[in-house]
Amino acid sequence: MSLVIPLLLATFLFCVGVYGLIARRNAVLVLISVELMLNAVNINLVAFQNLLFPAEAAASGQLFALFIIGVAAAEVGVGLAIVFNLFRNRATVDVDRVDAMRW
Amino acid sequence: MTGLDLVLLGVGLLTAASAVMTVISRNLVHAALFLAVALAGIAGVFLVLRADFLALVQLVVYVGAVAVLFLFGLMLTRAPIGREALDSQHRGLALGVSGTLFAVLSWLIVDAFGNVRVEEVAGPRIGDLGIALFRDWVLPFEVLSMLLLAALVGAIVLSRREDGESGEPEPVVPIALAVDPDADPDAAPDAAGEVRA
Repeated sequence: MSLVIPLLLATFLFCVGVYGLIARRNAVLVLISVELMLNAVNINLVAFQNLLFPAEAAASGQLFALFIIGVAAAEVGVGLAIVFNLFRNRATVDVDRVDAMRW
Repeated sequence: MTGLDLVLLGVGLLTAASAVMTVISRNLVHAALFLAVALAGIAGVFLVLRADFLALVQLVVYVGAVAVLFLFGLMLTRAPIGREALDSQHRGLALGVSGTLFAVLSWLIVDAFGNVRVEEVAGPRIGDLGIALFRDWVLPFEVLSMLLLAALVGAIVLSRREDGESGEPEPVVPIALAVDPDADPDAAPDAAGEVRA
């Protein structure tokens, strides 16, 4: 099995996430793009672990991917709470209209 | 090009196509559903790479929980179901940045790992993962659990309503059932309480 295929797939997903992060205006869609980028990194970690270091005792790659999944879940929870708060206070989730650090 | 390569290529193309649809779809709910397909495709990639446990975790956590959470998020913020309000002006910039990044990164990857081939794909078994998690990674594991607790509390604090935001709290009115009409009116709540008890 070639190592390049999963790595290129991960790169593509990461770049799609970057595109969404810059191009989208809805805050929830920006969070979705961040999720895509985190998942791309997970593919990288798992590919390197299982193709190059399958016998490593600490299983660093897969466990890092597991930790990233957990942290991403926490990030989604807090991020959506912030978006809901924003919506309740400003009645918009358009990130282009919420660009002041304070008001 | 072995059979495993072909399977990975197919699953990868499906995943990549749904990821692209996620970021360019004009319908917000469709975007969230395409995200669920892309995440399930990534679980399939994990399966092909022989990371069974991660594939199942991906399915349960992402497709089961996070995608549904995003759907709730889109609907609770009264996003315009249908088209996104207006295009961002940054679309060309985004295309330039991500295209350049992809070109540079993929050139680097092909340059560095272009001829690495592995005959047999094998990952650690689930038992080995568990032993490694609770022997070598137990401190990060505990820190992660504290982080999840903090995120839980933070999300509740952020999203709960302020006191009095939804008006005065309604006074609790006991429901009087089968109150004796001859009884003293002051005693009625007690009687109601007894009936309910």
